[in-house]
Amino acid sequence: MASSTAGAHDHPTGLRRFLFSTNHKDIGTLYLILAVIGGMVGLLMSVAIRAELMHPGMTVFPGLAQMLNGADASMATDAGKNLYNVFITGHGVLMIFFMVMPALMGGYANWFVPIMIGAPDMAFPRLNNISFWFLAVSLILLVMSLFVEGAPGMLGFGGGWVFYPPLSANIGHPGPAMDFVILSLHLAGASSILGSINLITTIFNMRAPGMTLHKMPLFAWAMLVTAFLLVLTLPVLAGAITMLLTDRNFGTMFYDPAGGGDPLLFQHLFWFFGHPEVYVLILPAFGLISHIVSTFSRKPVFGYLGMAYAMVCIGFLGCIVWAHHMYTVGLSLNAQRYFVFATMVIAVPTGIKIFSWIATMWGGSISFRAPMIWAIGFIFVFTMGGVTGVVLANASADRQLHETYYVVAHFHYTMSLGAVFGVFAGFYYWFPKMTGYLYNETLAKIHFVILFVGVNLTFFPQHFLGLAGMPRRYVDYPDAFATWNYLSSIGAYIGAFSMIVFFYTVIEAFLRKREAGANPWGPGATTLEWTLPSPPPFHQFETLPRITGTEH
Amino acid sequence: MSTDTRQFISRGALTAAVALPVVLLAGMAWAQVEGQPTPGGVGLPATVTEVGHETQFFYNTILLPIITFIALSVLGLLIYVCWKFNEQANPVPSKLTHHTGLEIVWTLIPILILVFISIPSFRLLTKQVEIPEAAITIKVTGNQWYWSYKYPEDQGGGFGFDQLMKADADLMPGDVRLLSVDNEAVVPVNEVVKLQITANDVIHSFVIPAFSIRMDAVPGRLNETWFKAEKEGLYYGQCSKICGKDHAFMPAAIRVVSREKYDEWLAESKKKFAAAEAPVKLAESNTIR
Repeated sequence: MASSTAGAHDHPTGLRRFLFSTNHKDIGTLYLILAVIGGMVGLLMSVAIRAELMHPGMTVFPGLAQMLNGADASMATDAGKNLYNVFITGHGVLMIFFMVMPALMGGYANWFVPIMIGAPDMAFPRLNNISFWFLAVSLILLVMSLFVEGAPGMLGFGGGWVFYPPLSANIGHPGPAMDFVILSLHLAGASSILGSINLITTIFNMRAPGMTLHKMPLFAWAMLVTAFLLVLTLPVLAGAITMLLTDRNFGTMFYDPAGGGDPLLFQHLFWFFGHPEVYVLILPAFGLISHIVSTFSRKPVFGYLGMAYAMVCIGFLGCIVWAHHMYTVGLSLNAQRYFVFATMVIAVPTGIKIFSWIATMWGGSISFRAPMIWAIGFIFVFTMGGVTGVVLANASADRQLHETYYVVAHFHYTMSLGAVFGVFAGFYYWFPKMTGYLYNETLAKIHFVILFVGVNLTFFPQHFLGLAGMPRRYVDYPDAFATWNYLSSIGAYIGAFSMIVFFYTVIEAFLRKREAGANPWGPGATTLEWTLPSPPPFHQFETLPRITGTEH
Repeated sequence: MSTDTRQFISRGALTAAVALPVVLLAGMAWAQVEGQPTPGGVGLPATVTEVGHETQFFYNTILLPIITFIALSVLGLLIYVCWKFNEQANPVPSKLTHHTGLEIVWTLIPILILVFISIPSFRLLTKQVEIPEAAITIKVTGNQWYWSYKYPEDQGGGFGFDQLMKADADLMPGDVRLLSVDNEAVVPVNEVVKLQITANDVIHSFVIPAFSIRMDAVPGRLNETWFKAEKEGLYYGQCSKICGKDHAFMPAAIRVVSREKYDEWLAESKKKFAAAEAPVKLAESNTIR
């Protein structure tokens, strides 16, 4: 690696290199490893959930509770019900905070934002280090919460990733499990705020000479918007959960009506963070999909400025629509009208993005390499998730579908298919750059086909379940829902199996050591990372690149 | 006609002869289980309120065709682009990166579609939220893990009762696992019923899909919703806000009957639940902890 560097410095190796790392690429790698760990645990939880729901009746979790929690056989059913709730909570929190965010924000943004804008590193390298380790400790706290008391006599917090009090307060979960979750979220939040400050500073101050904001790659734009969303909304979450912490431990009554508080205050504060959070998960994917589509169509992105400002617009709108998660809490008619209106508007910039991707492909010379296949899959599944979002935006239709599997299908089409396809598209796009090795294209495509079939089989039938009225977060359901649940579970197993193909692909690439070269993707790959050797030197751009082109 | 074809046709006729009654029976069975989910159903459940009919119209006739059309158009475009502009078919990429007209069109058309959707949407929303003059008011309280109902004195009630799911062991023929309850709430047909909904411990959500009603039960708040059932029958719903370990085991069941039967039921229940009144009251008095 060092041999390909222009002026190689000595750099630490082994444990010292990674534990104390201030290098944006090494920290990015650490984030990616964390994302794999978080994602695997989250995936195993979802497989357990689908196994339970495969047939009516309590079939899996009572046994699982005896195994994991050491529950007594006489208490196994109750412990199983509780464990199921703990699993759906854990699955949500892990996938959001410890899989998608570390992969897209921590991993890809750390790796490629500095390189794409022609900077040698992030603005605050030490801050970058602490951001990562906060998240690692946060994950440990979250895992610990699974094994301490939550609800009376039960282990773990089982109130869903939305943590609504009073279920998350002393009434529902008096044990310390929720306190662990709160502290875990505090740390994860601090980690993301520091990471975001770092990204914003880097993007505003460290762009290479000649790279104006309007020439900046779209992935950097996406990360800029994402970072602003996090800086604006995470403090609100931190405030909300701090009040919950004091309600739980110090006798305050922010959310307790008995003392003049209001449980809905928490919901407003939570969703003021929570809705922008879903854009935090998808905007980075928007950014990198643009690069992939452009690279493999051998065409510049269509409507660059429209694409960039559509993301800004989505970010802004994302901050003013939070109560569309709360249509059924008893909002006034006018409040509901406003949130319907504002939410529907989001479809417009999202539509611009979808059409611009297709227009980028239009007239192009498309080569169907693995990342492109994933990107095309992304565009389709995200559209599917988007259109059901338009349905749910209408408070009147949401009255029928809220808290049903229709919602589960909707957000998994945008997240589990959308964001996750973005993660894999990015992985297969940048893997040769990050490691210097080529993976086996056929394996990567097989991975795509299996996952695509698996997740669609999992989540498409859930639309039917939701329409028929099956509520979410249910450990058992009336027998009428059995057919689609069975198919959905089969799909989940297929999807989970694709991960074996994924790991095999990665291991095979490392064993075979096929040299990737600086740019394996050809003339379509125009961003700065492809001008560096693969993997890039420990410190890149010791002489700053000068951007002269007027591509955009 | 070859023997094969003839065999095929006769087998087809046989299949039809068997299948037709099955389909008809299924249809009848479906009609019988109005108010609870249909096995293998792919659409909204049968509805018995005006709001429900409008919701069905809004989803089935407006939203579903539009979203299906959009999703299929995007899929079609993707397939067309991949077929027409792959590197074999089109080795030299164009340099087109801007087209103001096109960008204006794909901004304006979605706006028009959204405006078109919003008109029936807002009309329906108003109908759902604005409560008409009610003949009957019932207070529904969510508890971990059952619903409590109170019928007010001035409307011939003056009693309350708890509604718990029947355990599997107590199921009678005709009962539905996870949906059947010990005490059904009863309301008269074709009269506006107003529900006042709150909770005692954690947040629950009161839902009857066949009425298209859904309202969260929030401690410290009294939410209101309404329905006017057009058809007698038994209608089930399930708690729809995660509320702890038995979240999946607190169904709601409302039986819609004629006015005469309703009055009979009121008189009977007054006696039946009078004895059980005291413990029920207790559940309400602990809203201040």
